[in-house]
Amino acid sequence: MAIKPTEDLLNVIVDGVAIKAPKGAMIIHVTDVQGAYVPRFCYHDKLPIAANCRMCLVEVENAPKPLPACATPIAEGMKIFTKSKLALGAQKATMEFLLINHPLDCPICDQGGECELQDLALGFGRDIARFNERKRVVKDKNLGPLVSTDMTRCIHCTRCVRFGQDVAGIQELGTTGRGENMEIGTYIEASVDHELSGNIIDLCPVGALNSKPFRFQGRSWEMTQVPLVATHDGLGSNVYGHVLRGELKRVVPRVNDDINETWISDRDRFSYTGLYASDRLQKPMIREGSQWREASWEDALQVAVHGLKGTGTSLGVLAHPSCTTEEFYLAARVARALGSNNIDHRLRVRDFRDANADPLYPSLGLPLAEVDALTGVLVIGSNLRSELPLLAHRLRKAAVGSGAQVAFFDSTEREYLFPVAAQFIAGAGAWCAELSGVLAAAYDLVGVTPAPNLSKCVKAVRVTATHLALAKALCSGTNRAVWLGALAMRHPAYADLRVIAAELARVVGANLGLLAEGGNAAGAWLAGAVPHRGAVAAALSGAVGLNTYEMLHQAQRSYLCVGAIEPATDIAEIGLAHAAFKQADCVVVLTPFVTDELRQYAHVLLPIATCFESSGTYVNLEGRWQSQSCAARAVGEARPGWKVLRVLGNLLALEGFDYQSSEEIREELRSLLGVISNEAVQLSVISTHVPVEGTTNALFNQQRDDVPMYAIDALLRRAVPLQNTAISRRDQALHRVSGVHD
Amino acid sequence: MSSTEGILTSDGGRFVPGEGDKVALLSANTRHEIDLWIARFPSGKQRSASLSALRFAQHQNDGFLTPQLMDGVAQYLRIPAIQIYEVASFYSMFETHPCGRHHVSVCTNISCWLNGGENILAHCESKLGIKVGESTADGRIFLKREEECLAACTGAPMMMVDHEFHEYLTPEKVSKILDALK
Repeated sequence: MAIKPTEDLLNVIVDGVAIKAPKGAMIIHVTDVQGAYVPRFCYHDKLPIAANCRMCLVEVENAPKPLPACATPIAEGMKIFTKSKLALGAQKATMEFLLINHPLDCPICDQGGECELQDLALGFGRDIARFNERKRVVKDKNLGPLVSTDMTRCIHCTRCVRFGQDVAGIQELGTTGRGENMEIGTYIEASVDHELSGNIIDLCPVGALNSKPFRFQGRSWEMTQVPLVATHDGLGSNVYGHVLRGELKRVVPRVNDDINETWISDRDRFSYTGLYASDRLQKPMIREGSQWREASWEDALQVAVHGLKGTGTSLGVLAHPSCTTEEFYLAARVARALGSNNIDHRLRVRDFRDANADPLYPSLGLPLAEVDALTGVLVIGSNLRSELPLLAHRLRKAAVGSGAQVAFFDSTEREYLFPVAAQFIAGAGAWCAELSGVLAAAYDLVGVTPAPNLSKCVKAVRVTATHLALAKALCSGTNRAVWLGALAMRHPAYADLRVIAAELARVVGANLGLLAEGGNAAGAWLAGAVPHRGAVAAALSGAVGLNTYEMLHQAQRSYLCVGAIEPATDIAEIGLAHAAFKQADCVVVLTPFVTDELRQYAHVLLPIATCFESSGTYVNLEGRWQSQSCAARAVGEARPGWKVLRVLGNLLALEGFDYQSSEEIREELRSLLGVISNEAVQLSVISTHVPVEGTTNALFNQQRDDVPMYAIDALLRRAVPLQNTAISRRDQALHRVSGVHD
Repeated sequence: MSSTEGILTSDGGRFVPGEGDKVALLSANTRHEIDLWIARFPSGKQRSASLSALRFAQHQNDGFLTPQLMDGVAQYLRIPAIQIYEVASFYSMFETHPCGRHHVSVCTNISCWLNGGENILAHCESKLGIKVGESTADGRIFLKREEECLAACTGAPMMMVDHEFHEYLTPEKVSKILDALK
């Protein structure tokens, strides 16, 4: 694992160059910093040291034998030789041993071309094998739908084992047998089920563990690598898309220590498998009566223009929370230019009260990297491992690494693979009262009097030992955070929960984090895809528009839906949505997928590109702007959403829709952000909202609102390998949600 | 948890054994013996009792372990099952497949080899009608795979029968020992 910075520096000499390095560092840390490459298989920056591959042997003066660089701490005056005859000889001999049982099947191995063993064999091995005996053969294991195995190729570095033990927090793989019979596996037939398990594919330095969906789909050297941003949660994990002849073949992590480190969730890794589903919308389509027909872009856009023009305040615009910032910005501009402020992206939110106290955008309130150093955390209404797998991983690091006290306030008990200080389980109907109890306990602990708007609800509750346990966990150490998760945000009394949580955070000096769902909720707020604020929270001309609930409750004349919105699964008020859409004169849908549900109420379907096929910008929950260029060729006649909206703007004869690129749109928005004063950016309105006593909360539906991990958006619902995981099967049994569409 | 619950460990801490559907497969005696071993290690280090726990679990099951029994041990010790599978599959004193109830291991390492250990093994095989690694059809004797040195070179050739050493072996002596096994 990475070295801890220390004041204590030692003098060492690496290949004749004198340098200073922190005490406690291993030789490999020092040589890596120095740029003196030492070959390795089992050593990995993010994993505990095992020293079992012996590839990193180096010479150290006065040591009788070569020493493993990964497991030898430096000492004062140590002279290290990484390229000496002894070191290179030891490495060459190790390589010869490693290759004894390794099959020479590189031509049919998916790892070929990006294989650490292949690379190091070229650099450090012999050119001719001296081993003429039989090689051993190891039976392959079935680890589930995501990871393929070719266990004969395994060199027993145990990276995958240590990943389970120390990163995922649950050991699923192990080394069974010994000597010649040693194998990596699960011993009994079992799959690897952790939501980060796909990372063992990258960790495996050989072709033993590979991506099952990618198996035999392409060679690493013939694909183009495009940096992308993952869009299934607000973290904005950095990934690469690998593209072969315009087609996206796989997604792998892109290292960014500030966000995802070297990991990505299985959701971000395998969501691409839904990209080429059979129900992708290939061409624009127009409905005539109950008949659908394919149409040219010109004709379809004319129908859309006809339906949208002149609707004024009777136009409703809904955008999916994973759209690009550019799409949000243009959708909001189209709506407002047509005279409507009815635009929203909060499709699963039900409670829009206390809008004055809305922040500029929902944010974690601190940089992601600082989560590792939190000491007291209260997570309210969040299935964290499912909503933000890598945020849960960082929280695990805080809890396991530095003993952070983490407490959960939830509607059901969940398994967190780290010590949980307290878990409070309450039915959603009791959340406001019970959270007031935690606030009351915090007031007692800190010794302050309740805020006027909250005194009533605090007094109404009797503080129990569990309330106190949660407050105490939050108050441990000095780095504290209160997080409201997606479940809390979908709660029918979200505004009440938020004002209590915000006060809780204020009282104990914690950062308040709002973990909004979708890949770009922050971008939506900044771009003005909300009914009560313009771009970067600018004041509106005209009255405040209608939010999601209102614009479905009061049917509008026309609707414009942007992004893969499938009401049956993506909108909280499904009944209202269907009724409203059916009543409308025109429903214009920009979507990458088409379903029977859409065909029933839409009037015109315009095919747009997915996140892999379009350039654009995503703002993550830290407020970090990340832009990507287009990776794969869009399917059929699909076009990037921003281009469709731009053309719509032009055809509607709206002003200022002459953008040449998505960068131009982004820069326009950024320049608006530039003129907003810092104070306004913070929007530090202290809410005076008074929680309503006895909210029934009957609307909260555990089965529906606790959206399964692999069912949160249209792309995931089509990702067959993810639908076949144990996680999905468990969730589907719990929620009876049918995931796969085709 | 009350202060008297669980097993008092060597460092004064307490360990509460885990529960689970497979724990019931462990006999009361096995659980008692495991408790005694857990108590020898600091709290939180109950994984150290894995070897002993598996020994008792194997003993109660006529000399071999099943995945269910290993799961029981893992649940009782509150550690991932794979960690118990690792230990059980690594050590030669654990059998993970059904086998005869008397374990016979003939040493063929250097001292025994020089003194006719291979003949002793061949005699066992022909007398029992099985190959090394197999069990007799009546489930009486399991001829374990050749042992590495059992540290009784002074008495070579030797073999071990159910934890008991037999030294200065001759084929006649071996026949007697095997016949005495019921």
